[in-house]
Amino acid sequence: MKNYDLVVIGGGSAGLAAAVSAFETGVKDILILERDKELGGILQQCIHNGFGVHTFKEELSGPAFAERFIDLVRQKHIVYKLNSMVIHLNKDKILEYVNPEDGYVQVKAGAIILAMGCRERTRGAIAVPGYRPSGVWSAGTAQRYLNMEGYMVGKKIFILGSGDIGLIMARRLTLEGAVVKGVAEIMPYSNGLPRNVKQCLEDFDIPLYLSHTIAKIDGLDRVNGVTICQVDDKFQPIPNTEKTFDVDTVLFSIGLIPENALSEEAELAMDPVTRGPRVDESYQTSLDGVFACGNVLHVHDLVDFVANEGSKAGISAARYVQNQLTSSDGFKTEAKTGIGYIVPQVIHPDNVKNTIELLFRVKKQYRNVNLVIKKDGEVFRSIKKKHLAPAEMEKIILKNTDILDVHHILSIEVMEEVA
Amino acid sequence: MTKEMICIICPMSCHLEVDLDDQGAVLNVRGNSCPRGDVYARKELTFPTRMLTSTVKIKGAMYERLPVITSSDIPKGKMFDVMKAIANIEVQAPVLIKQVILKDVCGLGVDILASRTMECVE
Repeated sequence: MKNYDLVVIGGGSAGLAAAVSAFETGVKDILILERDKELGGILQQCIHNGFGVHTFKEELSGPAFAERFIDLVRQKHIVYKLNSMVIHLNKDKILEYVNPEDGYVQVKAGAIILAMGCRERTRGAIAVPGYRPSGVWSAGTAQRYLNMEGYMVGKKIFILGSGDIGLIMARRLTLEGAVVKGVAEIMPYSNGLPRNVKQCLEDFDIPLYLSHTIAKIDGLDRVNGVTICQVDDKFQPIPNTEKTFDVDTVLFSIGLIPENALSEEAELAMDPVTRGPRVDESYQTSLDGVFACGNVLHVHDLVDFVANEGSKAGISAARYVQNQLTSSDGFKTEAKTGIGYIVPQVIHPDNVKNTIELLFRVKKQYRNVNLVIKKDGEVFRSIKKKHLAPAEMEKIILKNTDILDVHHILSIEVMEEVA
Repeated sequence: MTKEMICIICPMSCHLEVDLDDQGAVLNVRGNSCPRGDVYARKELTFPTRMLTSTVKIKGAMYERLPVITSSDIPKGKMFDVMKAIANIEVQAPVLIKQVILKDVCGLGVDILASRTMECVE
């Protein structure tokens, strides 16, 4: 069985950034395993621009952003294998993968970085009534067909869900000559970034129906219509609010799920809210030497943040290989009132060199509130926020000196009264 | 008066507040996390522009489509004209990132560039 100091599972933005930074930290014996036929991951189909503003101080398209990292991997001669699907991962850090050239291969890793990304929720996840005609797609699948394979998925489109991919596909399909009749969102607010509501819907006068869902998809062989209805505050349909649209295609953009089959097989401790592994300040999971970063850990809004997390996980994994990570006592982070989750879930202060980033999402929209950080129940800091929304990931940076006196729990909560 | 806007320059989606005088001229931009937000707000209220991304056909590459991008932002009202102008372009692999695919599209003084490298495959 072949040994590698570090195996990175997934050659998308998180995995590439992780491999590059681990290499730069001094671990050169790296293998990247990618199941697609080229590196880059989902960025290759995200042809819109706006990537890289933070990482490269430039606005790039998705493929251009990926190319920067792919070039770095090639310059450093980091070994990668394409068309390679990891099928098993066990607690001894033995991986099994298959590809057309090598067949079935087992490798042993000193450390592993999980960077498998996420996948889309489908129609089945929300049990939409109606027939099962052709013309029903997840937005990301339609994006790959249009932007890489060169197929239009339809001419008259309705989109369920205001996730960013759905919004970006609304614009893309409109530019390509389709008519997008509307976007329905079950929540009373958009789940996509505000910039995408502006530049993908408002720029093209595409209506956004908030607090609406699909009541029925019509069509036996091919979609020939969709009926939407308004929902109440318990998400139940309100009678007599139906609107019917003449469409041939329905896209679903209803959320992303971290792809963690391997993490579950290796029995990593999981966070039920993020649906990713629980990690510490070094992005190490509950299994010694196994790290996680990017959308497999928690779904991000920005690829820049995915790559940044990948870079940090890569440095940590390299330090683990070099026996420089300590395993001293740590404390937990806790998402209290109004907060959905916090990453990392555990912090070992000894491993925090300068600062620690707490990434989290709120559960609903807020205006003019305070974010309150508590150490073991005592208020440590209160931060005024004019605007908070679940679609926009929040970040708090603490210094290592801020956290030295935390014994058990560092918590974040939303306080509605402005002090 | 103050106008609220969302900055579309990057996915940060900064919530901008723009102070306008009686004639609607921009006095001050707040809420931006970088200088681009200020530029965007002033431009959006006077002469809105957009970057345009799309694809063109490519032969001999791993995929059927090459992603392309405008070399700079174009007037918002010209997006469909540019889409029409590039609709029938077909290129042959290999193509390098930033290679010019179409010069001076629609006389706008803006080029259409490849937004990735696509190598030749069998």
